[in-house]
Amino acid sequence: MLFYIFAILAILSGAFMVLTRNLLYAGFSLLVTLLSLAGIYVLLFADFIAVTQLMVYVGGVLVLILFGIMLSSRVHDKSVLSENVNTVWGPLVSGLLLVGLGYTILKAEIASLPWLLTADTDVLGPQKSTVQSIGIKLMTDVVVPFEVASLLLLIALIGAAYIATDKPKV
Amino acid sequence: MEQIPLEHILLLGAVLFSLGILAVITKRHAVVVLMGIELIFNAANLNLVAFSRYDPSLLQGQMFSLFVILVAAAEAAVALAIVLRVYQHFKTANVNQIVTPEK
Repeated sequence: MLFYIFAILAILSGAFMVLTRNLLYAGFSLLVTLLSLAGIYVLLFADFIAVTQLMVYVGGVLVLILFGIMLSSRVHDKSVLSENVNTVWGPLVSGLLLVGLGYTILKAEIASLPWLLTADTDVLGPQKSTVQSIGIKLMTDVVVPFEVASLLLLIALIGAAYIATDKPKV
Repeated sequence: MEQIPLEHILLLGAVLFSLGILAVITKRHAVVVLMGIELIFNAANLNLVAFSRYDPSLLQGQMFSLFVILVAAAEAAVALAIVLRVYQHFKTANVNQIVTPEK
């Protein structure tokens, strides 16, 4: 029941993000979408992902996007309004995509796949959260992607700071 | 506690993906295009987490979605820095008004 409330909230705010022309309204409705997706992650037994979603998306990416809106448009005149292009092809392509994906999902009868029926769905098991197993996996199975990810974040940090500075390039 | 049907989660992911595609295609402002890309990332993440529920000992879907969130954060930082530079240079952030003048 809670899942459907979160799902309707996510779809409505996502649709509002697409339909509104005001950039700031779009940013804040993206906030509602990300928050309801974090709620859905909690319902899917992914507590660590939900907290990461809150911290990285809502706390980081959305603040970056709001800064981007404020720095790249003047809020009091028309530049905060985004105009639409491709008003025929855009809804056509995404509508066809939605119909195709929905038809595939409904036809595939995913819930009766053999490996899903035999799968163990007791995610939490004896311990009460996934934090411990994710921590152990980050240090054993996926330690190389983890280190590469830290290098990627460092490169993105330096690159973003270098691109955004005003100084003349050497 | 009853299980949420897998189809409903996947349909929610499909709807969010289509909305993200719609935002990417129809919007002119570069920041809204970025928001559409974030919506697409979130739709993919939702599917990964949904299937990870059937894999409790390995949690591969959740690990993958962690790395997706990480790459999305790095992408947003770099892309917004580029948008700011483009706005300073062209005095607009509309993606179809950014043209290099003929030399």
